[in-house]
Amino acid sequence: MLKQASRLLSRSVAAASYKSATTRAFSTELPSTIDSTFVEAWKKVAPNMDPPQTPSSFMKPRPSTPSSIPTKLTVNFVLPYTSELTGKEVDMVIIPASTGQMGVLPGHVPTIAELKPGIMSVHEGTDVKKYFLSSGFAFLHANSVADIIAVEAVPLDHIDPSQVQKGLAEFQQKLASATTDLEKAEAQIGVEVHSAINAALSG
Amino acid sequence: MASNAAVPFWRAAGMTYISYSNICANIVRNCLKEPHKAEALTREKVHFSLSKWADGKPQKPVLRSDTPEV
Repeated sequence: MLKQASRLLSRSVAAASYKSATTRAFSTELPSTIDSTFVEAWKKVAPNMDPPQTPSSFMKPRPSTPSSIPTKLTVNFVLPYTSELTGKEVDMVIIPASTGQMGVLPGHVPTIAELKPGIMSVHEGTDVKKYFLSSGFAFLHANSVADIIAVEAVPLDHIDPSQVQKGLAEFQQKLASATTDLEKAEAQIGVEVHSAINAALSG
Repeated sequence: MASNAAVPFWRAAGMTYISYSNICANIVRNCLKEPHKAEALTREKVHFSLSKWADGKPQKPVLRSDTPEV
């Protein structure tokens, strides 16, 4: 019985490796992760039709951890209306994660971080570029690629400090006079974002 | 494990992440200096047409333009 099992296993492994050995000459060629017994059964029933493709056969392979840590971090920084940085090689980025400012160097542990309103700085040699992000996510991959997505990102000199003060006062007042939970939450968000901008402008 | 984590205050108040994120973005846009602010406000505009379907046919579409989160 054990011999049977090992024979079946080696047969399916051999079949799978046969498939991966042949190069992907045709678009209907299956990747080696497809179940070969299913494919064989399909061919018996419908020899003239290609076996169905699964979503995984359309996916590019996930980035794997390289054996040596790369020297540079590749940053893709995108906003809904524009791609601010595409594949830019930098030394470090500091992102405003909800758990605090997080420094990302090449070879960082793969992480998905939720961002809070704050400053993101991109360090390239002695060059530092700072943006104020409204909120978003940062995906750090094993191959030292960082995908940072935000809804709004502005350079600090585009911000009007008097507007910020006005907005802060207005939302503090709204917070004091809020009745429903939702209004309180909105006012609280306003206060937090304005305080974050203030801290960013002064810090 | 996840149920023990503190929920953010906005989720406790019934707001979704996308609403939170859009409110933050609107606040940041309102704090910009002049030429950038006008550009940013064009980004805030929302324009869509919504039609309910009945019996496999679309009913009269409702045009929604420039409305904040509905």
